[in-house]
Amino acid sequence: MKKPVIQFENYSFQYRSQTAPTLHEINLTIYEGEKVLIIGPSGSGKSTLGHCLNGLVPFSYKGEVSGSLKISGENTKNLDIFSLSKKVGTVLQDPDGQFIGLTVAEDIAFALENDGAPQTQMFAKVAEVSKMVDMADYLDSSLHQLSGGQKQRVSLAGVMVDDVEILLFDEPLANLDPATGKYAIELIDRIQKETNKTVVIIEHRLEDVLHCHVDRIIVVDDGRIIADMTPDELLASPILEQCSIREPLYVKAVKYAGCEITPEMQPAHIESFQVDGCKDQLANWFRKADASIPKQKSESILELKDITFGYTTGKKTIQGVSFSIEKGEMVSIVGKNGAGKSTLSKLICGFEKPNAGRIYYRGKDISEDTIKERAARIGMVMQNPNQMISKQMIYEEVALGLVIRGVPEAEIKERVLKTLKICGLYPFRNWPISALSFGQKKRVTIASILVLEPEIIILDEPTAGQDFRHYSEIMEFLAELNRHGVTIIMITHDMHLMLEYTPRAVVIAGGRKIADDTAVNVLADSQIIKEANLKETSLFELAIRSGIGEPKEFVRRFIAYDREVRQQWQ
Amino acid sequence: MAVEMLSYIERKSPVHQLTGVTKLVCFLIWSTVAMLTYDTRVLLFLFLFSICVFIVSKVKLKEVAFVLLFILFFLMINNLAIYVFSPQEGVKIYGTSHVLVEISGRYTITIEQLFYQINVTLKYFTVIPAAILFIVTTNPSEFAASLNRIGVSYRISYAVALALRYIPDIQRDFRTIALSQQARGIDMSRKEKLPRRIKNAASIIIPLILSSLDKIEMISNAMELRGFGKNKQRTWYRARPFQKIDILTLILFTLILLVSLYVTFHDGNRFYNPFS
Repeated sequence: MKKPVIQFENYSFQYRSQTAPTLHEINLTIYEGEKVLIIGPSGSGKSTLGHCLNGLVPFSYKGEVSGSLKISGENTKNLDIFSLSKKVGTVLQDPDGQFIGLTVAEDIAFALENDGAPQTQMFAKVAEVSKMVDMADYLDSSLHQLSGGQKQRVSLAGVMVDDVEILLFDEPLANLDPATGKYAIELIDRIQKETNKTVVIIEHRLEDVLHCHVDRIIVVDDGRIIADMTPDELLASPILEQCSIREPLYVKAVKYAGCEITPEMQPAHIESFQVDGCKDQLANWFRKADASIPKQKSESILELKDITFGYTTGKKTIQGVSFSIEKGEMVSIVGKNGAGKSTLSKLICGFEKPNAGRIYYRGKDISEDTIKERAARIGMVMQNPNQMISKQMIYEEVALGLVIRGVPEAEIKERVLKTLKICGLYPFRNWPISALSFGQKKRVTIASILVLEPEIIILDEPTAGQDFRHYSEIMEFLAELNRHGVTIIMITHDMHLMLEYTPRAVVIAGGRKIADDTAVNVLADSQIIKEANLKETSLFELAIRSGIGEPKEFVRRFIAYDREVRQQWQ
Repeated sequence: MAVEMLSYIERKSPVHQLTGVTKLVCFLIWSTVAMLTYDTRVLLFLFLFSICVFIVSKVKLKEVAFVLLFILFFLMINNLAIYVFSPQEGVKIYGTSHVLVEISGRYTITIEQLFYQINVTLKYFTVIPAAILFIVTTNPSEFAASLNRIGVSYRISYAVALALRYIPDIQRDFRTIALSQQARGIDMSRKEKLPRRIKNAASIIIPLILSSLDKIEMISNAMELRGFGKNKQRTWYRARPFQKIDILTLILFTLILLVSLYVTFHDGNRFYNPFS
C-alpha cells in the first residue's frame, strides 16, 4: 500500500463572506507519487480545494473549517501557511502576477531568501533547479521579456527550490497558447517522473491535460466530489456531460455517432483510443450530418493595407500586414503570445499610429481619424473587464459613453435598456457591478461598447478564464450579435473558439500574416500550426484513424452538429 | 512600451556598479549638504559635480527628460511664489540693496533678490539630477537589500522595492485604460473644460485602482505561499559585497560633506555674500 500524502476527511469549508459552504463533506485521499487532475466548472469549488492544500484557506481567505485535512500525516490545523508551503508548492494561474523578483534568478531564489539561506547556497540551488526546467540560460533575463511558457517554467522552478512533496498547479494552461500548453503538460509529466513528487493539477481543459498520462481524475461540482476514477472510466461515463465540462472532441464525435464508450476502449488519449469498433457508425454519421452552408460574399467593411508598426524604432512588431474584413463576418486573429495580435487591434482602434500603411473603413481612409472618431464605428473590448469598468452601477456604466456624447436623456434610457436586454443583463440593471461574476462583468463591458452602436466589435480573448458553460454562453451571445449584423473580430489563442465560431481565421506569426483561410484549413496545415504555436485538433486524427477520407469535411460537420446540440442546452 | 519613466535602466557604468547601500548613503549625504548650504560656491561645485556623475552613469538625458521637465515646471512656480510673497528676501539676507528695476513698492527687483533666487534654483539643480540618477541606476531588489542592511525592516524594504518595480506596470495599465476610455468618448485633452476633465480623470483612475488591487491580492498571496514574512531576517540573492570602488566613493562623499560644511559655515552664515 502506498503512503497517503493528502487526506481530506469529512472536510467542509465556508468563506466568511458567504452564506453557504463552498466545500461539503470532502473525502479524498491522494497517495505519494500520484498524478491527479481535479476538474469542475467555475464556482464548483475546485480552486477552493486547491487553496485548502496550500494554506491560503484558511490563512489568507478566512472562513469556517470542519472535518480534517492531513498533509503527509500532519493535520493542517496544527500547521501554519509557511510550514505548509514547505510541503506543497503552488504554481499559480497567472504567471505575470506572481513574479516577485525582477530577474529569473531572483524570482527562483525568493523562497530561499525568506529562509535566510546563505548566498553561495542560493546560487548553487538556483543553478540546479533552473537546469531542471531548461531555464539555465536565462538567469539574468528580465521576467517581462520571457514568453508565456518560459514564465511558467520560472514559477515552477520557484516552488521546486523548496524540495516540496506536492506540486499543485492551479489552471496551468489558462494563459498559454495551444502549443505552449502542450509543452507545459509534457514538462509537468517529465518533472513528476524524474522527482517522483505528488502532482495535483486543477484545470478545466480536460483534453489538453490528457495529452500526458494522469492516474486519477477527481470531478468537483457544487462543492462536492462527484467522481473519483481513472480517465478511461470517467470518459466512458456520462458524468462530464452532466456537469458541463468539455469532453475531448474525439470522444464527443464518437458519442454523436451513437457508439458507446467503454473503459476498455482506452479513451483517455487519442493515440490509445480503440476506434475500430465504431468505424461503421462514424462513417454513417458522417454521411448523414449536414454539410455547412457556403458563405455569401458581401462588401468589405474594414481593410488594412501594408500596415507596419514598431513600438521602438528599428524593432518592428507588425510588418506589412494586409487583410480585408467583410460586413457581418466573424473572424478570429490567432497566433502565439507576443506575435503582435493585440498590437494589431490597437492599430485598428487608433490607440497606436502605424509607421506605414493605411486603414480603410467602407473604402474610406480612416488612418488620420482620432480614437474618438474611430470609436463610433469600431468598438474594442479588453480582456480584463476591470480595466474598463469605472462606475458602480450597471446602468450608469453602460450609459457612460452616451452621457459623454451628450445624447438626450430619454434616448439614453431607451438605448441602454435595449442593450441590456440583448446582453441578458436587463434583470440586473439596478445592481452594483461588484456583485457580478467575472463573466457577467465581461458582458457589461461588451454592453457598454455595444450601446454606442459600432459596426465592428473587436474582442481581446473574450473567453479567457471561462469554463465551458460560460464559454458557450459568451460565444453564443456574440454569435447572436453577429446575426444582427455586427461584424466581430476576436483575438484569441483558443483553438476551440476559432474552430467552432469563426469561419475565417487570420494567423499572425512574428508580426506577419502567415495565413488567412477557413479555421478548418488553418488547423489542417502543419506548417502554419508549427509557426503560430497552434495545435492540431484530435478530430483529424480520429477521422484518419477511422478511415474517413475527408478529415476536413469531417471536422466541419462535427462543428456544425455540435453547435446545434449545445444551443439546445442553453 | 516606450512610456516607462523613473524605472531602473540597466547599463554598464561605474555608477551602476556601486552597491545600493553606497548609492543610498551618498544620496543622503548629497541631499543633506544641498539642504543645509546656501553657499553659492558649494552649490555650483555640487551642480557641476552632479553633471559629471550623470555623464559617467551613461544615462541619456532623453530617458529622464519628462520627469526633469515636470520638476522644472514646479521649480518655476516655486520661484514665482517666492518673488510674490517675499520680494525683498534677498535684501533681508544680504543686508544691502542694489536696485535693478524700479517697480511700485516692495516689488522692486534687486540684485540681491535675483541672487537669492538663483541660489534656490541651484539647490534644486543639485538635488534633482542626483535623485533621478539614484532611482534609475539602482536595481529595485538591490535597493531593498541595501535598505535592509542599513537597518530598515525587510518588510518595509521589500514594499519599497515592489513599489518601484510596479511603476512601469502601472504606467502601462494607465495607458491602456486611458486609451480605452478615450475610445468610449471620454476626452482628456485640452478641448474639454477643466472641471469636466477632472471628472473624466476619475473614470480612468477607478479602473486603475481596481485592477491594481487585483494585482496586490495576487502578489501578496504569491509571496505568502513562498514563505515571505516567516523569519525575522532574510537574505538577499542580489546583495553585493562592498568593493574598493564603494569605499572610495564613500570616502569621497564624506570629504565633500565635510569641506562643504566647512566652507558654508566657517564665517558663521549659511549664505555666501558677494555684496559685502
